[in-house]
Amino acid sequence: MLSSVILIPAVLNGLMTGAVYALIALGLTLIYGVLHIINFAHGALLTAAMFAAFFAHQWLGLDPYIAAIGLTPIFFGLGYGLQRFIIGPAAHGEDRNILLVTLGLAVVIENALLYAFRADTRTINLPYAFNVIEVGSAFLAVPRVIAFVVVIAVAIALWLIMRWTDTGKAIRAVAKEKLGAELSGIDVAHIYAVTFGLGTACLAIAACLLLPTYYVNPTAGNAFVLIAFTIVVLGGMGSVTGALIGGLFVGVVESMSGLYLGESLGQIGIFVMFILVLLFRPSGLLGERT
Amino acid sequence: MPDLLAIKGLRTGYGPTEILRGVDLTVGDAEIVAVLGSNGTGKSTLNRTISGVLRASHGTIQFQGASITSDTPAKIVARGLIHVPEGRRIFPNLTVRENLDLGAYRRARARRPANRERVFFIFPRLAERHSQLAGSLSGGEQQMLAIGRGLMAEPRLLILDEPSLGLSPLLVEELFALIKSINADGIAVLLVEQNVVQSLELVQRAYILDNGVFVLQGSAEDIRNNPDLKRTFLGM
Ligand SMILES: Nc1ncnc2c1ncn2[C@@H]1O[C@H](COP(=O)(O)OP(=O)(O)OP(=O)(O)O)[C@@H](O)[C@H]1O
Ligand SMILES: [Mg+2]
Repeated sequence: MLSSVILIPAVLNGLMTGAVYALIALGLTLIYGVLHIINFAHGALLTAAMFAAFFAHQWLGLDPYIAAIGLTPIFFGLGYGLQRFIIGPAAHGEDRNILLVTLGLAVVIENALLYAFRADTRTINLPYAFNVIEVGSAFLAVPRVIAFVVVIAVAIALWLIMRWTDTGKAIRAVAKEKLGAELSGIDVAHIYAVTFGLGTACLAIAACLLLPTYYVNPTAGNAFVLIAFTIVVLGGMGSVTGALIGGLFVGVVESMSGLYLGESLGQIGIFVMFILVLLFRPSGLLGERT
Repeated sequence: MPDLLAIKGLRTGYGPTEILRGVDLTVGDAEIVAVLGSNGTGKSTLNRTISGVLRASHGTIQFQGASITSDTPAKIVARGLIHVPEGRRIFPNLTVRENLDLGAYRRARARRPANRERVFFIFPRLAERHSQLAGSLSGGEQQMLAIGRGLMAEPRLLILDEPSLGLSPLLVEELFALIKSINADGIAVLLVEQNVVQSLELVQRAYILDNGVFVLQGSAEDIRNNPDLKRTFLGM
C-alpha cells in the first residue's frame, strides 16, 4: 500500500486534471443532450481554440487567462454560426447527416490548421507555469489550481443559466420536447445554435486553461476529446452533472493508475475502467438504468 | 370587419401524400368553433399547418387580416395564435412553473407573474404542484398544464387539439365548462375533437372533416340535427 503522503497529492492532482476534462466533456454532453448528435468537430474546435490562445500570447502578448475573456465570446459566436448556418442547414433535419457534417468540419479545420501552421508542436513560456502551492503534504501546480477553480465557476454559471434564464429553460425544453417548444414560440434553430455556441465556448475556456502547461499542434485537441467522450458515456449521455462528476473521477483514475502503473500508462486505467463500466452499467455511472 | 382567422383553399400533406384537399374555414372574434372528424381525417394536420409547423402547398391562412401562410411558428405565436397540441407536449423535465413560464417565452413576458397567478387560480391543482416535474403529473393534470401554458401567452385564438383525449367523463365535463369560460373572457377558440356530442353542445359553429375535406358545416344546432351526421358519426 502507498501511504497517504503520496496518495493525497495524487488524488488532488487527479481532480485538477479531471476538471479540464470535465469542462471539455460538458460541452460535448450539452450538445448531445439537446441536439442528440455527437459533435465530431469537438476535438478540432478545441485545437483551434488552443491555437487562438497560443497566438493571442505570441502576437498580442496576452496571458491565456486574459485571452479567455475575449476568446470565450468569440468561440460562442463561432459555434453559434457553425450550427445555425452550416451544420443545421446542411443536415436537412436528419441526425445521420449532422454526424457527417460535423465529421467533415473536423477534417476541414484540422487540415486548415495543418496547412497554416504545419505539424510543429508549440508551447508558450509563462513565468508562473512551474509555481506550486503547498496544501498539506501536497504541492499543487498553480495553473492546475487555477484551472480547477475556473471550471467550478463555469459549471456554476452554466447551471444558473440553465435554471434561471428563459434561454436556459428553453434549451432544456427543446432537449426533450421539440414540438411543444416550437408551439410555445421557441425558435428551435436558434436554441440549437445557442447550445452549440455554449459547447464551443467551453472549449475556448478549456484551451486557455490547458495552454500554460500543455503544447499545441494541429491534432492536440483529439486526445482530450477521446477522454471527454469516455466521460460523457460514463456520466450518462447528455447529463451535465454526470459530465462534471465523471470528469473529476476520470482525472483521479488517470492519476492513480499513473501512480501504480507508471506515468506513461496513466490513461490505460481510464479505458480499462470505461470498458468495465460499459460491461456492468451500460447506461453510464449516473445514467438512468435502461 | 375581417374574420380573426380565415383559411382559403388550403392543401397540405406529407411528401407526396395530400391530407387536406382544399379546406375553407373562418373563426370570428371571440367565437368558439369546432372541427370534428374521426381518426386520421387530417384534423391535427390542419392545426399543424395553421401554427406554421407544416407548410401549406396551396391556399392562404390569414390571421387578424394579415397573411401567416409562410410565417414561422414563433412569429405566429407572437401574433397571439396559440396551439395546444394533441398529446399535450408539455416539457416533462421542467417543473410545472417552468412550463408555464415558457408559455410566455415569446409573448406577454412582462405580465408573466400576473398571468401565472391567473392560471393557478383557474387550475388550483397546478398551483399545488408548481415545483413538481411536469412529467410526473397525471394525464388530466398534464392537459391542464398544456392549456395553462397556452393561456400564459394571452392568446387571441386558442386552438385545442383533442383536449378530452384520455380524460374521465367527469373531467371532460369540467374541462369543457372551463373552455366555455375561457371563451367567455373574449378568447376565440378552435376546438378540434372526436367527441362530437359534447363538442356540439359547447360551440356556436362546427365543421365536419372527412377524408381531407369539410363535408358539413354550419351552426351547432343545424349539424346536430343533420341526418347524415347521425348516420356517419353517431351510428344512429
Ligand atoms: N408526419 C407524418 N408523416 C406522414 N403521414 C402523416 C404524418 N402525420 C400524420 N400523417 C397522416 O396524415 C393523416 C391525418 O393525420 P392527422 O394526425 O391529421 O389525423 P387526425 O384527424 O388528427 O386523427 P386523430 O383524431 O387520430 O388525431 C393520417 O393518415 C396520418 O397517418
Ligand atoms: Mg389528431
